[in-house]
Amino acid sequence: MTEQVKDNVIFDVKDFNLYYGSNHALHNINMQIYKNAITALIGPSGCGKSTFIKTLNRMNDLIPSVRLEGSIKYKGQEIVNSDINVYDLRKEVGMVFQKPNPFPMSIYDNIAYGPRTHGIKNKSVLNEIVEKSLTDAAIFDELKDRLKDSALSLSGGQQQRLCIARALAVKPDVLLMDEPTSALDPISTSKIEELVLKLKEEYTIVIVTHNMQQAVRISDTTAFFLLGDLIECDKTDTIFSEPKDKRTEDYITGRFG
Amino acid sequence: MLNTASNAASRKLYKNFMRGCMLLCVSLTIALVFFLIAYILFRSIPYFSIDILTTKPSYLRGTIGVLPDILNTIYLVLTAIVIVLPLGVGAAIYLTEYANSPKLVKVIEYAVETLAGIPSIIYGLVGMLFFCQFLGFQTSLLAGSLTLVIMNIPIIIRTTQESLKTVPQGYREGSFGLGAAKFYMIRTVVLPCCIDGIVTGCILATGRMLGESAALLFTAGFAHTLNGYFDGITSSGATLTVALYVYAKEQGEFEVAFVIAAILLILCFITNYLSQYLANRMRNAHNPQGQR
Repeated sequence: MTEQVKDNVIFDVKDFNLYYGSNHALHNINMQIYKNAITALIGPSGCGKSTFIKTLNRMNDLIPSVRLEGSIKYKGQEIVNSDINVYDLRKEVGMVFQKPNPFPMSIYDNIAYGPRTHGIKNKSVLNEIVEKSLTDAAIFDELKDRLKDSALSLSGGQQQRLCIARALAVKPDVLLMDEPTSALDPISTSKIEELVLKLKEEYTIVIVTHNMQQAVRISDTTAFFLLGDLIECDKTDTIFSEPKDKRTEDYITGRFG
Repeated sequence: MLNTASNAASRKLYKNFMRGCMLLCVSLTIALVFFLIAYILFRSIPYFSIDILTTKPSYLRGTIGVLPDILNTIYLVLTAIVIVLPLGVGAAIYLTEYANSPKLVKVIEYAVETLAGIPSIIYGLVGMLFFCQFLGFQTSLLAGSLTLVIMNIPIIIRTTQESLKTVPQGYREGSFGLGAAKFYMIRTVVLPCCIDGIVTGCILATGRMLGESAALLFTAGFAHTLNGYFDGITSSGATLTVALYVYAKEQGEFEVAFVIAAILLILCFITNYLSQYLANRMRNAHNPQGQR
């Protein structure tokens, strides 16, 4: 049984610390992220959720002043301060951003961007990937006749689902989502939530959210961050029904945040 | 307190007077521009002929054509643009996308600004000493081109940098997030977005090169020989602006001088118009809704 649990661990975070220059932004984070589950990271603004999620695919490398300590193992492989191939890591651990950021190209080229990056040039293979990704992101029917149109002509919600499709096109194992619905209207938000629940069958999902109802609706595990500390990480039901820490309770009952 | 009738009247007078002054300034400016254009066209149109545009100056045949000067200008500008474009764009990409020491960037940017403000005659002097003499290019279009390259690097760097800065950070993150390497990201996402800025910079630089004379007097020479590209670039040759100076000041042939002036004026209109037109068109091609 223990062995099986171990196989299910995608990310194993141990004593992880992160500094922006001299600012100690994340303190001693310990948590595990499980396969084919949705892990929600909640907490007030500026508590380190986004910073943490960006470590999981080393997007923090782009900020020169960032310094990391401790260990994060992705499928048993160390990714903190190690010389793993970050391009391959980012291919396996895809990311969807807070603000929909389709490239100023056609819808087709947006989806094909990732595969092309990794060397796929064959037209029919690309066609197949584009169709599959758009279908998986539940947006193919809406867009199948406009693949040549600019991605910027889509609505915000469609753009975000396009970005999810774009991330799926490189066949990742994990999908990191940094507040993917915070810039969207309620209807687009519920479409994305449905999509995320469906994607769980094939992918491991880590989602940062400001919206606690969203965490309750979609996640299996919830981690509560406060001022750079991971206060509590447990089954979502447990966190929201009987939190162990007073601060978690205060936050989820709306006493601050 | 309410204004008395006389107070209101004097205010109105004052307002109208100031308005009149401003109007005068505007009309004076416009009148000057129109006078200049009209005068040049008036003086040059009688001399425009197929002959003057297609021949070289020759005492034997009695022609004073400007074709060599036109070709020299084209050779010079083409060469300079081909060299300055990769240099300037490359430098701008380094400064915006790669350099991670803000201090170094500041210093380089300051140097670039300074370079832009130096009077062109100084470039001419240095160009003559360095390219013509030290590197041994003699007085040639090549030496002139290289001098223009140095003069125009700042424009290309600045316009490219401005447009690199308008590329949303989200595009870069999106590309990195899919596992793209840095240069691949720049080539596929960032550069296509700022092609309009690069083209604008290119045309601005072309305009400045067309109008440059002081630096070329030292470096490119005065010859009016009809040459092919490779002969032309290595020998002395007058561009339109230099030829204008020579005809007007040293030979007193004002009809040719005015024809050249008119050609330069037309080129100037074309470059200005092109830079705006192309920049708009390219932006729209990428951005049907004008979003950035």
